[in-house]
Amino acid sequence: MSTILACTDGSPLYAASVYDHAAWAAQRLAMPVHVLHMLEPVDPPMVADMSGTIGINTSADLLAELVTFAETQGRVALSRGREILAAALRRLKDDGIESAAIEQRHGSLVDSVEHFERDAELLVIGKRGEHADFAKGHLGSNLERVIRSCHRPVLVASRGFVPIERFLVAFDGGNSAKKAINYIAENPLLKGIPAHLIAVSLDRKELGAEVEAARAKVAGAGFDVTAELLDGEPETVIADAVKRLNINLLVMGAYGHSRIRQFILGSTTTTLVRTVTIPVLMFR
Amino acid sequence: MIQQTYLQQWFANPRRDIVAGTVVALALIPEAIAFSIIAGVDPQVGLFAAFCIAVTIAFVGGRPGMISAATGAMSLLMVNLVKDHGLQYLLAASLLTGVLQIVAGALKLGELMKFVSRSVVIGFVNALAILIFMAQLPEFRNQGPLMYGMVAAGLGIIYLLPLVTKAVPSPLVCILVLTAVSMWLGLDLRTVGDMGVLPSSLPRFLFPAVPLTMETLWIILPYSLPMAVVGLLESLMTATIVDDFTDTGSNKNRECSGQGVANIVAGFFGGMAGCAMIGQSVINMRSGGRGRLSTFCAGLFLLILIVALGHWVKQIPMAALVAVMIMVSIGTFNWASFKNLRVYPKSSSIVMIATVAVVVGTHNLALGVGTGVILSALFFARKVSQLLDITSELATAGEERTYRVRGQLFFVSAAAFARAFDFREGLMKVRIDVTHAHFWDLTAINALDQVVLRYRREGAAVEIVGLNEASKTIVDRLAAHDKPGAMDQVASH
Repeated sequence: MSTILACTDGSPLYAASVYDHAAWAAQRLAMPVHVLHMLEPVDPPMVADMSGTIGINTSADLLAELVTFAETQGRVALSRGREILAAALRRLKDDGIESAAIEQRHGSLVDSVEHFERDAELLVIGKRGEHADFAKGHLGSNLERVIRSCHRPVLVASRGFVPIERFLVAFDGGNSAKKAINYIAENPLLKGIPAHLIAVSLDRKELGAEVEAARAKVAGAGFDVTAELLDGEPETVIADAVKRLNINLLVMGAYGHSRIRQFILGSTTTTLVRTVTIPVLMFR
Repeated sequence: MIQQTYLQQWFANPRRDIVAGTVVALALIPEAIAFSIIAGVDPQVGLFAAFCIAVTIAFVGGRPGMISAATGAMSLLMVNLVKDHGLQYLLAASLLTGVLQIVAGALKLGELMKFVSRSVVIGFVNALAILIFMAQLPEFRNQGPLMYGMVAAGLGIIYLLPLVTKAVPSPLVCILVLTAVSMWLGLDLRTVGDMGVLPSSLPRFLFPAVPLTMETLWIILPYSLPMAVVGLLESLMTATIVDDFTDTGSNKNRECSGQGVANIVAGFFGGMAGCAMIGQSVINMRSGGRGRLSTFCAGLFLLILIVALGHWVKQIPMAALVAVMIMVSIGTFNWASFKNLRVYPKSSSIVMIATVAVVVGTHNLALGVGTGVILSALFFARKVSQLLDITSELATAGEERTYRVRGQLFFVSAAAFARAFDFREGLMKVRIDVTHAHFWDLTAINALDQVVLRYRREGAAVEIVGLNEASKTIVDRLAAHDKPGAMDQVASH
């Protein structure tokens, strides 16, 4: 059975919004919610032992010390995780979801995405993680890696949930963008919500045909959709359009380029997710 | 178990890794020198080996955070080769060791580690500690009380200083103090400089000066093979220990090939073969090192230190090195194994002691491990053979008896199986119920055959009930009793 997988780390700013977005998706798709809390590994204690000696039983003592440390940390993390999950259930109930599966797992989310995505129709994750305030402007450390390794659509929750009345598709003609168009047309998630399609390109002719095809496809599925072909830097043009058209959700293909290109030029995806203040639905 | 990407294995923990790498580098220097002396080569050979192996394994190893360098286990194996044929053959042997280890990695022989039981591992570690300790004894020969006094003072510094401060490596302080004292007082003590050449430059790429003939191969192979085996054993053992410490997984087969590559690099740059070091890896863990960077830094700092301080290294009295090595051997020894002799099953203790005895007797860790593995296998076979239970009941008429066999039937338990049947009893029919028995090998099948045939000779009809599928396949292939002419075959025995 497919589920909406809501990934939380209990961060005060985004957790509630993640549950709201998950509840919205669950209601639209008529699927259950599965809340997942990952217990991220903790760093070993910084021991100040630089003595470089090994005495009798050092190895066994050191192991015992490390285990004791991890055990205490682990207990605290587990009970904190239980509270986070309880809060998630309360919030989901307020949103009209009566029951949801909850789960805690050890490890980082990135490593576990593969394990979970088989049962998940959609992943919901917060834009930023637990330490949001420290790293303003940076994306959640997990976000990009999760999106890159996930084969399912990922809904990146913004800071607060606003009912989605109009969504924007950022179309670049790439494979992930086409995947997004197909999903919109074939899946009930966004059915009935007015759509706007934007392609940003310096070379209008080439992309024009593809945009028209995409528009036709979405319109054919019964959407009220408009399309636009604009010039400029994709990041700014799209961010402007979001404000101008009062958009509540941005849909886009994610990370179409290689890591190397991204390293040099920066990623459009990352910039967009960072600059727009609305949720983003991403396809890979 | 948490999986990390290669980059995370390098840079997840840089500050601690660099600090820990420094501590490890300082601890590596005396060991590398001492192990060179054990092997009978210049200290330079061990130091270059430590540098090459540590830096190479940081890149190609399968267990981040583990320290590999020139080790006692390996140097003990090369003593005779150096004595009989010289350094160049040792370098060639290091190359061959590396090749063998890469092959082992490619063939995934790391899996074979599962046959090495815990008792054998403890025996290996204890034997290693004893050998390192024994290798220090010749240093005391023909030396006066001054030597004993200096070593005692060194051990005092090593063990007592951490009670005062843990901020500085106490073995380093031991070396500094003893060197200063002996230079200042002009003591007549042997120094590292007396033991051979110390590096004054960076290692250079050189092909070992040996003839490339089959003859050379036959000289070095008998050394390379045990070196490859021991190197992998100690490396995989250490990897398991580090896995436990860090609660992360490691790639054992990659570690095998990585050790091979590191040894080849060492061989080409004038270093001897080495492997992972249990003690140094523990020191690294305790100093906070976790990633590949710690191993890399250990190698790099080691080289910088010895090239920069080569002149001073020469002045280190052997007494200081001996004190450090005694610490290493005490730290390597598994002291809990004394206490455990009384607690553990006797067979485990026998395996451990036999491993130690063979190693100390032959100075060959590979032989000791082989002995231990064989002994554990034999003990295991004997234990499993006791999982055999045969009961029987007589049917009302007194002419029919049912034997119920439960448990494991194989070469060790076959005799006990045969003994359990009473052939003297005058029966019309014998039913042997083997539903809960498992036939493992030819001997077990043969034993069943014998039982069936003997009953038939006594005139009893035999029925075998409930051969489970696994047993059936073996019985079908090997057994004789259900084929025509079976009686003749037995008669001819």
